[in-house]
Amino acid sequence: MTRYDDAARRRHLAELERVWADPPGLRGWLTTVDHKRVARRYIVTALVFFVLAGVLALAMRTQLAVPENTVLGPDLYNQVFSMHGSVMMFLFAVPVMEAVAIYMVPLMVGARNIAFPRLNAFSYWVYLFGGLLIFAAFALNIGPEAGWTGYTPLSGPDFSPGKRTDFWAQMITFTEVAALAVAVELVATIMIMRAPGMTLARMPLFVWSMLVTSLMVIFAMPAVMLSSTFLITDRLIGTQFYNPAEGGDHLLWQHLFWFFGHPEVYIIFMPALGMISAIVETYCRRPVFGYTPMVLALVATGFLSFGLWVHHMFATGLPPMGNSFYTAASMLIAVPSGIQVFCWIATIATGKPRLEVPLLFVLGFFALFVLGGMTGVMVASVPLDLQVHDTYFVVAHFHYVLIGGAVFPLFGALYMWFPKIAGRLLDDRLGRWQFWLLFIGFNVTFFPMHYLGLIGMPRRVYTYPTGLGWDTWNLLSSAGAYLVALGALLFVVNVARALRRPADAPDDPWGGPDLSWATSSPPPAYEFAHVHEVRTRTPLWAGPDGEPQLELPVLHGLRTDRREALLTTPIDAVPECRWAMPDPSIWPLLAALSLTVAFVWSIFDPWGVVWGSIPVGVALIVWFWPKKSEPSLQATE
Amino acid sequence: MSSRCLRASVGATVVAALLACGVAGCDRERREYRAAPAAPGSERPRLTDLQPGGTLAQAPSATGARYEGNAYHINQGSRWFRSFNCNGCHGNGGGSMGPALMDDQWRYGGTIDQIHATILDGRPNGMPSWRGKLTDQQAWELAAYVRALSGNVSKAAAPSRREGMAATPPLTRIKPQPPQSSDPSAQNPPPP
Amino acid sequence: MNTPARLRAWLFTGAVLALAACDGPQSALLPRAEQAEAIDRVWRVMLWTCTALYIVVLLALAYAMLRRRADRRREGIASDPLLRKTLAAWVVVIVAFLTAFVALSYAEDRRIRGGEPDLEVRITAKQWWWQVEYLDADPSRQFTTANELHLPRDRTARIELRAGDVIHSYWVPALGGKEDLIPGRTNAVWVTPRENGTWRGQCAEFCGLQHAHMALDVFVHDVGFFERWRDTQLYPARLPETATARRGKAVFEQHACATCHTVRGTTAGGRLGPDLTHFASRRHLAAGLLPVESPHLLAWIEDPQRLKPGAQMPAVPLAPQDLLAVNEYLLGLR
Repeated sequence: MTRYDDAARRRHLAELERVWADPPGLRGWLTTVDHKRVARRYIVTALVFFVLAGVLALAMRTQLAVPENTVLGPDLYNQVFSMHGSVMMFLFAVPVMEAVAIYMVPLMVGARNIAFPRLNAFSYWVYLFGGLLIFAAFALNIGPEAGWTGYTPLSGPDFSPGKRTDFWAQMITFTEVAALAVAVELVATIMIMRAPGMTLARMPLFVWSMLVTSLMVIFAMPAVMLSSTFLITDRLIGTQFYNPAEGGDHLLWQHLFWFFGHPEVYIIFMPALGMISAIVETYCRRPVFGYTPMVLALVATGFLSFGLWVHHMFATGLPPMGNSFYTAASMLIAVPSGIQVFCWIATIATGKPRLEVPLLFVLGFFALFVLGGMTGVMVASVPLDLQVHDTYFVVAHFHYVLIGGAVFPLFGALYMWFPKIAGRLLDDRLGRWQFWLLFIGFNVTFFPMHYLGLIGMPRRVYTYPTGLGWDTWNLLSSAGAYLVALGALLFVVNVARALRRPADAPDDPWGGPDLSWATSSPPPAYEFAHVHEVRTRTPLWAGPDGEPQLELPVLHGLRTDRREALLTTPIDAVPECRWAMPDPSIWPLLAALSLTVAFVWSIFDPWGVVWGSIPVGVALIVWFWPKKSEPSLQATE
Repeated sequence: MSSRCLRASVGATVVAALLACGVAGCDRERREYRAAPAAPGSERPRLTDLQPGGTLAQAPSATGARYEGNAYHINQGSRWFRSFNCNGCHGNGGGSMGPALMDDQWRYGGTIDQIHATILDGRPNGMPSWRGKLTDQQAWELAAYVRALSGNVSKAAAPSRREGMAATPPLTRIKPQPPQSSDPSAQNPPPP
Repeated sequence: MNTPARLRAWLFTGAVLALAACDGPQSALLPRAEQAEAIDRVWRVMLWTCTALYIVVLLALAYAMLRRRADRRREGIASDPLLRKTLAAWVVVIVAFLTAFVALSYAEDRRIRGGEPDLEVRITAKQWWWQVEYLDADPSRQFTTANELHLPRDRTARIELRAGDVIHSYWVPALGGKEDLIPGRTNAVWVTPRENGTWRGQCAEFCGLQHAHMALDVFVHDVGFFERWRDTQLYPARLPETATARRGKAVFEQHACATCHTVRGTTAGGRLGPDLTHFASRRHLAAGLLPVESPHLLAWIEDPQRLKPGAQMPAVPLAPQDLLAVNEYLLGLR
């Protein structure tokens, strides 16, 4: 850390503070473009949706605890499981990963703020309104009813009357807009706002994983945008995209949906890979073994994930030879995953692991994710998939990869980064209790589901008859679900207790290697007093054993009398120009509100798109109105 | 942080409260799979309102309104319309042997109660009586769908395009045509 | 960290699972047809290989966590040649296993498709029941039944799969994998049963409200028995024998029942619901919902929506004695 001990530096900091601070009070709350405030909101909102969707899961497990149960009727059960899947995928998993990235990526690359900070604020509001919309619809008995995959014709106009599916499809539109906005910001931040000297080969692995994830979002989301828009127009104005009698095709939906849906799984899982690298590195005090293979594995996973969507459709009667191609492509994913698992284990083996809570969660990840990966290889095989497809075996598989592969690392990362986010440390003992409750509860809940699927239990059934050998395992699974809920509750308790203490976390409680630990916890609005220059992959470490680097070189020359950031070249991070960052603005919120009106209107009337776009246009014009005093780009000398 | 957090939670509570008010102000969507118990007196004999031309003034029944405003029932009606071969005479609502159902002309009245009566009791010159062949609920659902054919149900409840060959524009996109007093062709009924 | 303890827990769970009875009428673990056996071979190979690999990974992790670190020498940085060679070897091992898996699954996949059929059946899935048609070159030897599939042992049946409304999925785990029934498409599965018996199948693709109550009973007989069953099914319905049953027939024909159901040999000719010509010869009613027995059938006719909410069959208002009569008539349709 650089020390400031003379009056000039104090003035420098005071000026930075004044320039980057939000307006006070409610106005500041509504207009803020600080990536840290927006990210905190994002994380809290996503975790609230996680809890709500978890409550829905408990309701389902309660219904399935005993055969022929009548806690939930078929109609409510179908809505509950559709909500659970949709909320977990669209409103929790993708947004929470992006939210953590919104917070951490600018800090890790040493930037003053995220690129396009107003777009960032806009994306949060759109996401929030989309989430509130679907829960309001659910409360009104207009919740989704055709599963999170919304297969036509069941989700089509002939079999899903009313507005249930329209609200669901429009909720996807909201999350698409939000996710695409964040992806664009992250790509821009990572490509041109890195600290000078942080070449591509010196980027932290979490930043690499977010770069790949964001590019995947940009390529995958348009597919679901098309499929859900086709569905809405089929339902509202009678287009025939999914009507085989009029030249449409029901498999079109499945192809489009899974062309998005499979990368989606990796969009959730890839940030978790970066989190694991960060945790392993930090708590083993050792740079991750095999940086280049790790990066190549990330990029390879990103590419491969677009080539294997058909393994969701092996039972639809596609040509066998084509199916086998997708078997091979799906199994190939095991190669980069295997490389990464190897590299992490090698890092642990050669480092000096400290078994803190985050590393505990990573060990849990290995136990769960590798098992989920193995069952993933199994379901990639066409003949085996024909037996286990759409059964509880698959339910077990994707919960192992999504909870084991993404939620466990996420909790680990939250324990590690909580001081950086909230300025306080989470309690270690509660963390260990939480881990073991989650780990045991998870296995009790989901391991029996493998067996349930093999002995014939299909997915998405609201009840089942007795006498098929399913009763004991379902009861066990339901019991485990309550353990998981208890574990999640402990996290809430832990956070609540931490927030009641004063903010006393040190800058770098764990001795981390990247730039985010080079500023206070939580960081000031301007992030760093000076722009740091990076010369190694682990700028805060002086040697391979994680010895602290005491002197960090810094760069001078940015103006402090206005919001200004340094832009660097994409590959070598050579300083290129200075960029005036935008001030707080209310217009992102107003644009998001008018967009919400347009989206909801268009559920009921296609003219809502036309008339609703006028206020959106007005809001965007005011938002982007050029200001003479701020030349947007200026070359550095 | 904690004061921000407090403010955030206050804000979230306000939003949640507003949302709850909004939600409470709307109707929940209804899905009834079984017929509601018949209101007392609704099983009155339908003998006297069978007449061409102008219809007897009748108070609209609550039952009819319930079916007419419900997307699920209208959708079921559309299913029955195809399954029970209403198309055979009414040709997707455009009419062939039977009269068109998508216009504003009604020989025997175009309210849902009158259509319900027409379905169950039959009408001269072709319309058979379906009493006993359909349940009362199915007849109501069919009547609600027939109302939707001329755009006379709420747009939020109207069915859009159907699976299969498209014979009509989606009923969400047609202009409402309130029933006129009578069909001119009914003044000169064709010879039996 | 007590990884070995966790490992023991896992092994214990595995042992318990292996010992637990895996029979049951709807289990994929006891294959009873040629196609199911082919899939089972893939399953066994993959189960044991993946378990072994899983244990290897966990052991490596345990070693990494627990190894002694007395020496503080700088070891194992990215340039360590031994680690790099191990990584390369690990990749080779993974690729080798995957290649074997792909080859195996391709080979077995070819076995479960195609074959010269001795019998052609067409299944049309509807919300929420199965219409089963036995096809024959001679039209007089075709007939329709519902929710039951009878197959001859050691003969290959080609089952053509179609959908009447939404997407469903045919799945009889003991006899083979599943295949979707998709509106606008025609799919097929081949089944060569190897053992007499009764198995249960169920719709595997979410198809709406009563997806949970859409079961298919499958019976495998000797060829001779199967032929006799088939001949019986070709007959029109038996005439009612008692006065009550005769009354039931009249009620059935004159009320809404006949609008949707066919009973061959009577005036009831509806095509919307299951064919009831030999209803009483079936094991279950309403696609596996309840056994065909008097109190269940009575409750079903009286109010289907109570037992299977959302089903397309409405409650037909019948006088109590008419209800009993229809019940008796249907139970006589053997």
